[in-house]
Amino acid sequence: MEALHFTFSGQSLSNTSHKPVLVGVVGSGNLEVLIEPATDASTCIVEIITAAVGFGAIWEAVIGDFVSRRKPAGIRVSINDVGATPAVVSLRLDQAWDSYREGQP
Amino acid sequence: MTSYYEASARDRVNGVLDPGTFHEIVPPSARMMSPHLKQLDQPCAFDDGIIVGEGRLSDHPIAIAAQEGGFMGGAVGEVHGAKLVGLLERALETKPDAVVLLVESGGVRLHEANAGLIAVSEIMRAVLAVRAAGIPLIVLDGGQFGCFGGMGIVAKLCDAVVMSEEGRLALSGPEVIETTKGVEEFDSKDRALVWRTVGGKHRVILGDANLLVNDDLDAFRAATLDLIETKPDMSLEALEQEHSRLGQRIDRFGDCKDAVDIWRDLGIADPDTVPMLESAAFMAAIAGKRA
Repeated sequence: MEALHFTFSGQSLSNTSHKPVLVGVVGSGNLEVLIEPATDASTCIVEIITAAVGFGAIWEAVIGDFVSRRKPAGIRVSINDVGATPAVVSLRLDQAWDSYREGQP
Repeated sequence: MTSYYEASARDRVNGVLDPGTFHEIVPPSARMMSPHLKQLDQPCAFDDGIIVGEGRLSDHPIAIAAQEGGFMGGAVGEVHGAKLVGLLERALETKPDAVVLLVESGGVRLHEANAGLIAVSEIMRAVLAVRAAGIPLIVLDGGQFGCFGGMGIVAKLCDAVVMSEEGRLALSGPEVIETTKGVEEFDSKDRALVWRTVGGKHRVILGDANLLVNDDLDAFRAATLDLIETKPDMSLEALEQEHSRLGQRIDRFGDCKDAVDIWRDLGIADPDTVPMLESAAFMAAIAGKRA
């Protein structure tokens, strides 16, 4: 297992308190993404625990792409991954961010 | 229609309960994860593969738990088990109209060895305490991984079981039987054989499950509501009758080589067509013919 940690600064969201959301499942080729409100409204903190060791650069690129496309801020993203492909990770991040903003459980 | 089989445990909970009523206890953000898996350097899940909480079903207060088969086959570890036991023990105090268990599990999580075994035994004890308190326990079984091992026993300790054709319920799973007894005894790759033997239809015919429903979240929800008043006869006389019925079952069907032989013996018309029937046609075909 490998733990990765990234911090991105972004635009500040309107300071509504959102409910935490969880999408995805910790299964082979899949991952779960938990999004919670962060204390700092202008940053996006991403913590990853992955079973696939040595892919830090790819994670940084995929998360960087998500941040530049969606401009998330004020959130803490926690990921448990079991070797999901970059495409799956991107889709899960979008799904989690959409659910979080819609306030779905 | 939303497939129960394809849905995640979280989506099943929200589909069975009235929309927006679910309140999760120890949610993923609590990060109550398995210490054993971490020690073994294995992937962990924020909810340890089980969702527990409370909600309403057509305004009935309900305690509900759902196992996520996608995480380690829904296997019961220490935290996973403790969450379920906690929900059951809480039900003794809050007295909901029913406890609904959306099972999907291969049984004990072997990584956690004794801690997992103890967890399963604690679940069984808590289930019996809830039953003794007169609170109905309803099991829903229609997930991708079925319900096996210790959770198979837990399911049968409950008051009622609802299954879809896709659901499976047994003690030893097909692979376990093949590994220990040989492929001649049971070919776990033969999907038709597996579903004929441990699938929802056979379980309903044998009386191990109460009801067969289509693979549809709404159908599971409706069946749960139908069974909410379930109060099986728990008198000594009824239990002795049940034991004698089970004893006769092995005498009567012990020579059958296949589930179809049992269906034929029970007088079900065209037993070979049973696997192809829709749930309503199936329930009609077996009416009055169940073991």
